[in-house]
Amino acid sequence: MYTQGLDSLGKECLRDEARDSALLETRFQARVDAEDKIEPKDWMPDAYRRTLIRQISQHAHSEIVGMLPEGNWITRAPSLLRKTILIAKVQDEGGHGAYLYSAAETLGVARAELIDQLLSGKAKYSSIFNYPTPTWADVGAIGWLVDGAAIMNQIPLCRCSYGPYARAMVRICKEESFHQRQGYEIMLRLARGTAAQRDMAQAALNRWWWPSLMMFGPSDIDSKHSAQSMRWKIKRFSNDELRQKFVDYTVPQADFLGLKVPDPELSWDDQAQHYRFGAIDWSEFERVLAGNGPCNRERLEARRCAHDEGRWVREAAAAWAAKRRAVAPPRAA
Amino acid sequence: MPDTTKDWPLYEIFIRAKSGLDHKHVGSLHATDAQMAIEHARDLYTRRQEGVSIWAVRSTDIVASDPAEADALFEPARDKVYRHPTFYDIPDEVKTL
Repeated sequence: MYTQGLDSLGKECLRDEARDSALLETRFQARVDAEDKIEPKDWMPDAYRRTLIRQISQHAHSEIVGMLPEGNWITRAPSLLRKTILIAKVQDEGGHGAYLYSAAETLGVARAELIDQLLSGKAKYSSIFNYPTPTWADVGAIGWLVDGAAIMNQIPLCRCSYGPYARAMVRICKEESFHQRQGYEIMLRLARGTAAQRDMAQAALNRWWWPSLMMFGPSDIDSKHSAQSMRWKIKRFSNDELRQKFVDYTVPQADFLGLKVPDPELSWDDQAQHYRFGAIDWSEFERVLAGNGPCNRERLEARRCAHDEGRWVREAAAAWAAKRRAVAPPRAA
Repeated sequence: MPDTTKDWPLYEIFIRAKSGLDHKHVGSLHATDAQMAIEHARDLYTRRQEGVSIWAVRSTDIVASDPAEADALFEPARDKVYRHPTFYDIPDEVKTL
């Protein structure tokens, strides 16, 4: 169940058993090892709860901020069909944010608190959404590469040990495939178009390739949360494993488009059956993550503005509901 | 400052995927009242014809069993294999049973 209302019950039984937290922790790990799902009311280590709140809320924030780069093109999509597709996609991202906030709330954190963390700049979101979308081809590149990388990250999360997160991810992954395919189709149209359109597609690939590889996070050696998350089965594959898989899948797709991946060191390793790729500029990743990417300020400003300008709607809805309750109470209790 | 009291009440959403099936829990959302919960559930959970009917229930109205008591609750059913039809040996000659 997704409900927060049950938390009070859960805490009652927790107090009784808290005497032996080591035993509880051993039992918890045994359940995780046995691929049993952990549900909101079940006992869980505090660190597991904190890690999930951080990860799920960051994921939710990423979906919400992720509406902005593409939303930029809704009014200027090249046809009515492309416009309806883009609206549907951006609406999906908003929906994904809502599923994920709900999943985070099952861990005992309030939605308003999470939103506040985003708007105050305290919470992180995926650094990829701090890059601009100067052309229509960027919309194609985002669908193909950014959603493609997101799918690669998200499919293993469908088997995450925490039930509500895993179930939200199943729903999200079902919808994500449409995002990637519509993006690739935009790229395909441009790649088969005029020379100017091909150049536009190539320029977008150049802009999004490296940031997409960075989406998988720091290299395994530098990833501070990885080992524990693997033990808890929140994470199933390492950052580097998923990144390699993404490169292996994506390079042939670029070849098909007749576009060139902007990496002079990219080559096929026949023995390993993998593409070898050049070094990632992690200083850029750190810079964007620290708030100094091309659009960090603009993105947060847009979210704050939307939140402030929507305030009267929220207040009006609450006032209307209160008025209706006063006229006809919905139930005796 | 976060004003966590500003969150609208939480509703659990149940969707009937198609006529003849039962309603299944799909997730939750915040709404000012039941009517808004249904409208938001439609936008959030049925963008691709996932349903023909929606139930919305205030999360605080749901009563659930305690996972710590799961053994006491469900264990007694474990050794009652005679409740299942496959427990009984019936000769092959006997038809339609």
